[in-house]
Amino acid sequence: MNVFKTLALGAGLSGLLLSAAYAEGLQGKVIGFSQIGSESGWRAAETSVTKQVAAELGIDLKFADAQQKQENQIKAIRGFIAQGVDAILVAPVVATGWEEVLTEAKEANIPVVLLDRGIEGPEDLYLTSVASDQVKEGRVAGEWLVGAVGDKQCNVVELQGTVGSSPAINRKQGFEEALAGKANLTITRSQTGDFTRSKGKEVMEGFIKAEDGGKNICAVYAHNDDMAVGAIQAIKDAGLKPGTDILVVSIDAVPDIFAAMVAGEANATVELTPNMAGPAFAALDAYLNNGTVPEKFIITESKLYTPADDPQGEYDRRKGLGY
Amino acid sequence: MSEPAARPVLEARGIVKIFGQHRALDTVDFTANAGEVHALLGENGAGKSTLIKILTGAYQPDGGELLLDGQPISLRDPLHGQGYGIGTVYQEVNLLPNRSVAENLFLGRQPTRFGLVDRKKIDAQARELLSRYGLDIDVRAELSEYSVAVQQIVAIARAVELSGKVLVLDEPTASLDRNEVQRLFEVVRGLKANGLAIIFITHFLDQVFDLADRVTILRNGRKVASQALDTLNTTDVVRMMLGKDVAFEHHPTALAGATRGQVRVAFKGLNRKGLLPFDLTVHEGEVVGVAGLLGSGRTEVARLMFGVDGSDGGQILVDGQPVTIRNPAQAVAAGFGFCPEDRKIDGIFGDLSVRENIIIALQAKLGWFKALNREDQVELAGRYAEALDIRAANHDMPVKLLSGGNQQKVILARWLAIDPTFLILDEPTRGIDVGAHAEIVRTINRLREEGLALFVISSELDEVVAYSNRVVVMRDREMVAELDGDAIAPDAIVQAIAGTPQEARS
Amino acid sequence: MTRPTVDIRPTTQPPLPPSRPLTHFFTRPQVIALAAVLLVNWILFPGFFTITWQDGRFFGSLIDVLNRGAPVAILAIGMTMVIATKGVDLSVGAVMAISGAVAAVMVSSGYPAWIAVLAALGTGLICGLWNGILVTVLEIQPIIATLVLMVAGRGLAQLVTEGYIVTFSDPVLIFIGTGSFLGFPMPVVIAAVMMIAATLIVRRTALGLLIEAVGVNRSAARFAGLSAGALLLIVYTFAGLCAAISGLIVAGDIRGADANNAGLWLELDAILAVVIGGTSLMGGRFSIPMAVLGAMIIQAMNTGILISGFSPQFNLVVKSAVIIVILVMQSPLSAQLFRRRTPPGASK
Repeated sequence: MNVFKTLALGAGLSGLLLSAAYAEGLQGKVIGFSQIGSESGWRAAETSVTKQVAAELGIDLKFADAQQKQENQIKAIRGFIAQGVDAILVAPVVATGWEEVLTEAKEANIPVVLLDRGIEGPEDLYLTSVASDQVKEGRVAGEWLVGAVGDKQCNVVELQGTVGSSPAINRKQGFEEALAGKANLTITRSQTGDFTRSKGKEVMEGFIKAEDGGKNICAVYAHNDDMAVGAIQAIKDAGLKPGTDILVVSIDAVPDIFAAMVAGEANATVELTPNMAGPAFAALDAYLNNGTVPEKFIITESKLYTPADDPQGEYDRRKGLGY
Repeated sequence: MSEPAARPVLEARGIVKIFGQHRALDTVDFTANAGEVHALLGENGAGKSTLIKILTGAYQPDGGELLLDGQPISLRDPLHGQGYGIGTVYQEVNLLPNRSVAENLFLGRQPTRFGLVDRKKIDAQARELLSRYGLDIDVRAELSEYSVAVQQIVAIARAVELSGKVLVLDEPTASLDRNEVQRLFEVVRGLKANGLAIIFITHFLDQVFDLADRVTILRNGRKVASQALDTLNTTDVVRMMLGKDVAFEHHPTALAGATRGQVRVAFKGLNRKGLLPFDLTVHEGEVVGVAGLLGSGRTEVARLMFGVDGSDGGQILVDGQPVTIRNPAQAVAAGFGFCPEDRKIDGIFGDLSVRENIIIALQAKLGWFKALNREDQVELAGRYAEALDIRAANHDMPVKLLSGGNQQKVILARWLAIDPTFLILDEPTRGIDVGAHAEIVRTINRLREEGLALFVISSELDEVVAYSNRVVVMRDREMVAELDGDAIAPDAIVQAIAGTPQEARS
Repeated sequence: MTRPTVDIRPTTQPPLPPSRPLTHFFTRPQVIALAAVLLVNWILFPGFFTITWQDGRFFGSLIDVLNRGAPVAILAIGMTMVIATKGVDLSVGAVMAISGAVAAVMVSSGYPAWIAVLAALGTGLICGLWNGILVTVLEIQPIIATLVLMVAGRGLAQLVTEGYIVTFSDPVLIFIGTGSFLGFPMPVVIAAVMMIAATLIVRRTALGLLIEAVGVNRSAARFAGLSAGALLLIVYTFAGLCAAISGLIVAGDIRGADANNAGLWLELDAILAVVIGGTSLMGGRFSIPMAVLGAMIIQAMNTGILISGFSPQFNLVVKSAVIIVILVMQSPLSAQLFRRRTPPGASK
């Protein structure tokens, strides 16, 4: 467990060499990767990081883009099985309907690692799953805010993700857990910004109008960075200083939020690492070479970034990844 | 014409059906006898299909009664009629093309065993049933694998099985070739011998004489005649269909040549697939009438002239200058106007106002940027509405609220507004109350006197005679005769349509 | 050519119908609905009608409604005409994404802003023309024809942006989305100009009448000598142009082109705005200003929900309930009921 925990910790982009050191044993292995598609910048970054890591490890990565369709993923997995790959990575587009194809993989003795999302069904169908803890992401963001505000009275407005989506539910829950019992911190308004910049801006505009021109808002918590970027613009349009008059904390750590940090307009973001493949490859290395069966659920780190963490450097590092 | 053996099965007495202000059927009597094929004839809009729909239960009559075997009945819907033994086969086969022949025959009343469909039994029964119709086919194959004729016979077999007293055949031969027609007729003769009462609707006169024993002819919603066919010849039937009781006086001397001016439009060798090339000139101040039965090609000629259908060859001259007409917009630019046969579909803009309906063609001709302003529109609409006596509460009301006759006049007004050189009218009195016919005829005469060149298609012979300087007769997609001056008489036209050659070439 | 003078007597022309009184405008269901939504907003948030002057521009919730409603209003202007021809354009949301992406990518690769703007507008025109060709030349049903671009368009936009949110700092593009003119936000100014210009063009020329004629009865339009095909081409192309303008506004607003989300589902809002504005999906009579009003009703609801403090789970329920009420108010049935309740003579 500790090995993997360490790996996961080190598996940020700065830690790629570290994982390479452990994973020498995957040199020349053939691994299939069935990706959902490229519906978001993060997803695109996950794809490019996975390819990058695989290249560094000398893995022959077979990449298949499912364009948001489960049947394409199932087809791709069957194709991998037929090719006799050494292992399969799957970012499942939906949670159900995997038993048949994963049983086929199991019968062919090919280990399957789930990336980023889980599935419903028997746990023995896959070797392990690598995912972030969305509740924890919300908690880390909340804990930062609690620390930043101290004992000061602070009204927080929240920009939720798409209503009913699991990141929206979990990131809200984690944030509320962190704020629980802190009487000086209250969430006064909470609305959905659909994870988009334009809705984030529109909702923040409304909040500012409703809260005395923004004077009653001390911080905004956005479920993703894109909404935070929109909110920052709304705050500026209202004649206030984001990052100073209104604190901005969000989740994902996409390049543009680091650009905002450089400008002093964003205060904190929690990373959802696009490097799900690093820990996955490490687990596969241990399993294929030493027969070590990994933990069933590998949780990636939810790292907090603030302006103290070289935002310009982080921006430059992430810029080319497809966010 | 007494036929002692005749036993009435289905009888309609004094049937009246009214749609809006229009009397589609006016006190029509009809009797279908056992063991007899009864043909029902009439032009479009004569009331054939309305009568059939009443006989089968699709419509309920507004007056009159239906009797089956002498007992009054009231049909809620065709299924109800089927229960009484009245079955119908339509031109378009009304079955399920992707189910087997056997399934189609027994759909809705499958023999079952232990609550399950007994497929073997169905197939055996279907084979047995079709053999009685002289069909030996694989009943397990999909219906769509067979020709329309076979499908038609399957449909008849199903209708007869379900009903068994009265069989209505609504244009069953329209899409069959000659041999298939004969095959179908043999089946029908067999059913007749079994005592079925058969009602046969078609517009092929030769088939009527071939198959039917008796004919009923409808015109303008009224019964013109009902009699045994052995007492009639083709000419009689055509005459009755088109009407010869001359209600309008014809003044051949007044019309012939006297007011006729220069050649306005000339069509030279105009043709299209399915329509033989024709030459035709129309003069200033002249009405050329077109007579011919449904399907003779008369509407096709009009569509070709107006560019609704493209021509395969030929030339059009307006005032001696060749013009290109490949679409109606070009025809309008050349000064043509066209009042189409189906006013509702091709003529009026129901939701637009009377005023807009009148100015629309002129506006289209002027182009997008030369908009008629409101004052111009009001003036134009007012002028032509008054000239044609269009009766509307105001000109801003939707045109769909007007009566058929007034709608027709609105379309006429639309074309007069473009100052036309040549006007095509296709069945201008179709679907208009008989009372308003005379008014339309008067209008046509007046337009001719004003110097317009007109081409008027009509199945109302008396009307054609009343306004035409010349009459072109069409048969089998060909202009077969041209009558001029004194030769224009209902009898001569009827003979030309019926194809009695020595008289037609006058 | 002798004109058939057809027996002209001195005509007694019916008098010009009097122009509609202003009260007619205020009793329209759309106007009543907008007033009601605004009133509810005011009850939920008493500062709703407060407008202040700040940094050289008006500032307040009412301005937000206008500003946020502008992109859908501009879409609705084009959509009104498409729907009047008995068509529909499902692709406008995707076209917004494409044109925004084109503008953003061009300015970030160093082209001057005016070229980027022209390129974005040109892209919209081409997209609209494509739809028009599918509808007129290939005679594909509008809902299917425009579905093609609705689905493929977002992919095209992603190709243009290569999957990134392309951000820019070009002052001209940002001005289109967030600038102000005479104190009003640019999107509002643009929407107002578009509305007035489009209304004048269709009503001062014959286009409006001809479009309505094509929508009421395309076959009769052909027989009356109208060039229905050319009209349809123009109408779809114009809808594409409107979408491109909206796309520029939305991109300028967030200073970036978000190929995944820009204009997402806005085609449905635009259709709804047109229908609320009283233009029938069956084609025919249309009103551009009423469709713009419809867009404002939708936005007033959105803004109202934002500031009401309701939990977001209620957003769609509240929105659909209000829309149902508005549509019922407009239905012929309720018009009848209204008329019956009005005492005789009261309506004149």
